[in-house]
Amino acid sequence: MNDFHADPMFPLLYSVRQRVRENDDTFTLELEPSAGEMLPAFQAGQFNMLYVYGVGEIPISVSGDPSKPYRLIHTTRAVGTVTRSMAELRENDRLGVRGPYGSHWPMESVTGSDLVLVGGGIGLAPLRPAIYHIMANREKFGRVVLLYGARTQEDMLYRRELEQWRSRFDLEVYVTVDRATGSWHGAVGVVTTMIPHAPFDPLDSVAFVCGPEVMMRFTVQALQRRGVTSDRIYLSMERNMKCGAGFCGHCQFGPFFICRDGPVMRFDRIQDFFGKWEV
Amino acid sequence: MAATKSPQVHDKLVIARDDLQGLFDALHQRGYQTIGPTLRDGAIVCDVIRGVEDLPAGWTDEQQPGAYRLRRREDEALFGYNLGPHAWKRFLHPPVVRLWHAERTNGHFRLVQEEEQSPQLALIGVRACDLHAIRILDRVLAHGTPADPIYAELRRKAFIVAVNCEQAGETCFCVSMGTGPEMHDGYDLALTELIDEGGHYFVADVGSAKGAVAAASVPHRLATDDEVEAADCKVAKVAREMGRTLDTEGVKEMLYRNLESPRWEEIAKRCLACGNCTMVCPTCFCTTVQDVTDLTGKQAERWRKADSCFTTEFSHIYGGSIRATPMSRYRQWLTHKMASWVDQFGTFGCVGCGRCITWCPVGIDMTEEVKAIRAADRARV
Amino acid sequence: METLEAVIVEHPFFRGLREEYVALIAGCASNVRFAPSQYLFHEGEIANRFFLVRRGLVSLEIFVPGRGPASIQTVGEQEVIGWGWMVPPYRWRYTARALEITRAVAFDALCMRRICDADHDLGYELMLRFAGIISHRLQATRLQLMDIYSLSA
Repeated sequence: MNDFHADPMFPLLYSVRQRVRENDDTFTLELEPSAGEMLPAFQAGQFNMLYVYGVGEIPISVSGDPSKPYRLIHTTRAVGTVTRSMAELRENDRLGVRGPYGSHWPMESVTGSDLVLVGGGIGLAPLRPAIYHIMANREKFGRVVLLYGARTQEDMLYRRELEQWRSRFDLEVYVTVDRATGSWHGAVGVVTTMIPHAPFDPLDSVAFVCGPEVMMRFTVQALQRRGVTSDRIYLSMERNMKCGAGFCGHCQFGPFFICRDGPVMRFDRIQDFFGKWEV
Repeated sequence: MAATKSPQVHDKLVIARDDLQGLFDALHQRGYQTIGPTLRDGAIVCDVIRGVEDLPAGWTDEQQPGAYRLRRREDEALFGYNLGPHAWKRFLHPPVVRLWHAERTNGHFRLVQEEEQSPQLALIGVRACDLHAIRILDRVLAHGTPADPIYAELRRKAFIVAVNCEQAGETCFCVSMGTGPEMHDGYDLALTELIDEGGHYFVADVGSAKGAVAAASVPHRLATDDEVEAADCKVAKVAREMGRTLDTEGVKEMLYRNLESPRWEEIAKRCLACGNCTMVCPTCFCTTVQDVTDLTGKQAERWRKADSCFTTEFSHIYGGSIRATPMSRYRQWLTHKMASWVDQFGTFGCVGCGRCITWCPVGIDMTEEVKAIRAADRARV
Repeated sequence: METLEAVIVEHPFFRGLREEYVALIAGCASNVRFAPSQYLFHEGEIANRFFLVRRGLVSLEIFVPGRGPASIQTVGEQEVIGWGWMVPPYRWRYTARALEITRAVAFDALCMRRICDADHDLGYELMLRFAGIISHRLQATRLQLMDIYSLSA
């Protein structure tokens, strides 16, 4: 009965190819199939369930290039039992992987529009696949703006890539920190402060927002103040998950299962529940 | 008395009480494990039973918010009770089940599939409300993408002997929820127990080909029109005796717009967040996953266990639980049953069985709570 | 030809002001430019102007003995710096330093207070606008204080 085709709870084995430290508590794992068989290709915004032998399993967004699904890349903070064990994994260690699950950033339906990507902290990780897709299909989109906020410059993810993106002529990248440290000479302040003046046309823009829920809440407000309508704002929601496949019940948010109806959700669909305490 | 031809689907048969054991025998012969009601620990629970001898003959139950008592009947009816704390999910959606295990080898590990086949279960004594609950679980667990293979397999193999209610339980409200007391389909056999001038017998409705085959092995005859009518009248009487009602008109929208009703805080003063309601509710399906390893670390296992949305861990993400207060957890449970479930699965999650009312230690009655929220909503508007 | 009046009229901060008010305000305004690392003002100085940043990036800093200047916030294009000029004791509570070449319109405080005193309706209009800016800045500061990225995985 088991085997990963027949049983949604049975993982496929992947091996660690590389582990990169992003900052004090965040790391990125690059995985490849242990025995040749790989999971179905993922789409930007989706997540996998990652299992550490004998410890447990957690959902982590895929943050690699969707056009290169053989190598799965996951960035996460080492803050719980499972993630702390995961942070100890070495090259060639194995993980169980199930997925890909969930909804994705709507890349097909936003062609022709300006795109505003707003990431906060580790929220840049689920946005990165969308950025890869955009760069590989650049002519399909209007102006593309990335607004990224982190706690300090040391906490930023993918710093080298951020610099590369910033040096492109067809991508505008604005970065800010909550707190200036070291020799930081850039913007200081929460990422929402960059929205009023960012170079996108609110009448024909779609926003992808990802970060802590409180950051997303105020980002949506700032976007709406600028004139972006609720049906053109997409959030990446997070909830507790045990199965990732729609039957453990843990990830419910109002009537939505975040593992199935999300994590990427269009704001007008969820606005009646979003922001209501403890829903 | 033997029938002249084999029973067909939709036939109404009569099986004498003393011949009922034949049904158990026929099921055992076909490899079924018979699960049914039996007396234990001061309640009528569901468990593996051998036959008619294990049924709670002559017993019924008295239920109130927060109270359950057994009471002796004046007759020896085999199914004369209402509902016990156990729902059929205990067998179709097992509360503890191993999903797979893993073995450490050469510094790596490999995953090992489960080999055991799931048993064939014959569920004896399924009430109308519970039949609906099973149908609801089918929708949640077997018809989704992906489907839960454990539930799907148990369900596929299951044989259902539904039994009509004898009387309305004090906490029942199946009529309001449209889940009873009549049953039309979804069973292999449906029995109505009658004790009258004709003796002690069952009118059996053959609901499926599987049911017809089983009935053929049991002494039976075709029921007369009078007998069928007697059975129908019995069920109709139950409908008239319902002790509780719940107005379901627009209840989903009403609950969605009252997520901030002061009534929730009022309930929170009473609710212990003990989770009893989720344990006895026949449609609550939430589970958790536990990954464990033995002391040597050579073997790891993944277990699936029944879980309740009333725990703080249920909604825990880094930084804390989304639903930290008992108020939010009770609200989650009730709005899931009566509102979100409709958006998710097309029906209510509640079948009006009343178990949550009976088994709540402080007697919270969700029909009263829905009424109160509705009243507050009207007052507001 | 782009005049100061045109710049003021187009700016969202002054949107909706009557023509004659725009003219009055323009009379208090002048074009200023700061080189990278140049100070706009120092903490403790008299707040004799406020600024409308047209282009560039300005760091608002507070000096911490032993640590040096700590940048608490940056203000960029199209944003407003300074409301210390509106309320006594009319002093700056922080230092402002340009991080890049910064072009701004500076509004003289004495001039602004004079025209507001003379016409309270104009004063009211400006107070409303500053209240909006202060409210947004306060909200952004609160979010900064919450250290939101350490709250989630």
